[in-house]
Amino acid sequence: MESPAVPNTVVISERARDCRKKRSKNKSQSRSQNVEFSHNFSWKSDKTQQIYSSRLLQALRQVQLNPSSSSAPQRGRAVREAADRALAVAAKGKTRWSRAILTNRLKLKFMKRSKRQRVRVSAGVSRSEKRRVGILRLKKGKNLPAVQRKARVLGRLVPGCRKEPLPVILDEATDYISALEMQIRAMTAVTELLSRASSSGTRSSGTGTATAPRADQLGSADHPPPMMYMSLVG
Amino acid sequence: MSSRRSRSRQSGGSRITDDQINDLVSKLQQVLPELRNRRSDKVSAARVLQETCNYIRNLHKEADDLSDRLSELLETTDGTSAQAEIIRSLLTQ
Repeated sequence: MESPAVPNTVVISERARDCRKKRSKNKSQSRSQNVEFSHNFSWKSDKTQQIYSSRLLQALRQVQLNPSSSSAPQRGRAVREAADRALAVAAKGKTRWSRAILTNRLKLKFMKRSKRQRVRVSAGVSRSEKRRVGILRLKKGKNLPAVQRKARVLGRLVPGCRKEPLPVILDEATDYISALEMQIRAMTAVTELLSRASSSGTRSSGTGTATAPRADQLGSADHPPPMMYMSLVG
Repeated sequence: MSSRRSRSRQSGGSRITDDQINDLVSKLQQVLPELRNRRSDKVSAARVLQETCNYIRNLHKEADDLSDRLSELLETTDGTSAQAEIIRSLLTQ
C-alpha cells in the first residue's frame, strides 16, 4: 500500500504528544481530587437549549398522556421532575448533581414497586473516593464557621452534594446554576409557545411579529434540524 | 491512588490549595448576576456563598412556578393542535 507513512506517523505522534500533555496536565489537577473537569458543551449555547426544549416537550407529552394524579400541585410537581430529569440527561452524567437526580428517580421507582427489596442504587457513587475527614482540615482560612455553615447549606441545595468537601460543592454549584438558568429559559419559551397555541383564534394578525422574539429565545442562530421536531407529531 | 490521597495530610501534592478554592469562588461569582460586576477581592467568600444559596433558591422557585403554569397549560390545551402549532412556529423561524 502506498500509504504516506511519514505524515501518518507525524499525525500519530502529535496526537500522542497531545494526549501525554493532556494527561500530565490532568494528573497535576487530578492529584487535587480532580476538581476541574472540562465541559465539552455550554449551557449558554442555543443548540443546547434547542435540544433540551425538544426533550422537554417529549417528556411533557408523556406527562400529559398519563394524568395519574388529579391535584394541581402533584401535576406541577410531575412537570418539574420531568424538566429536572431532562436537564440531568442533558448534562450527560458528567456532574454529581445530574447523576444524583437520575439515581434519585430510580431509587423512588424501586422503592415504590416493592418495599421488601431494599435496592440501594449505588448511593455511594458520590462518596466512593472522597473522605469526610478532609472537611474539617481543608484549609485554615476556610474553616471559619460562617463559610463552613454556608457551604453546608449550599451542599443541601445542590442535589447530590450533601457530604462533599468545599471545592466540589463550588464546582458543582457553578455548573448547576448555569444549567438551571438554561432550564428556566427553555421552560419560559415553551410556556410562551403553549400559551400562544392554546389561545386559538387570534393567530392571524399578531403572530407575524410575535414569533420573532420567541424564535430567538429558542435559539434561531443555527437552522433547527426538522427531523428532531418531527418525532413529536403523534 | 485513593489510599495515597486519604492518608496524606501534609504533602502538598494532594491538598486543596487556597488558590484553587479562591479560583472556584471567583468562577462562581462570575455566574451570579448580583456579584458579577464587583471585583473579586472586594467580595468575601461567605458573601458569594450566601448569594449563591439565594440565587439557587430563586431559580428553584421560578422553575416551580413555570412547572405549575406548564401543567395548567397542558391540562387545558388540546394535544394535537398545540403541538402542531409548536412545530409550525419552530420550523418557520
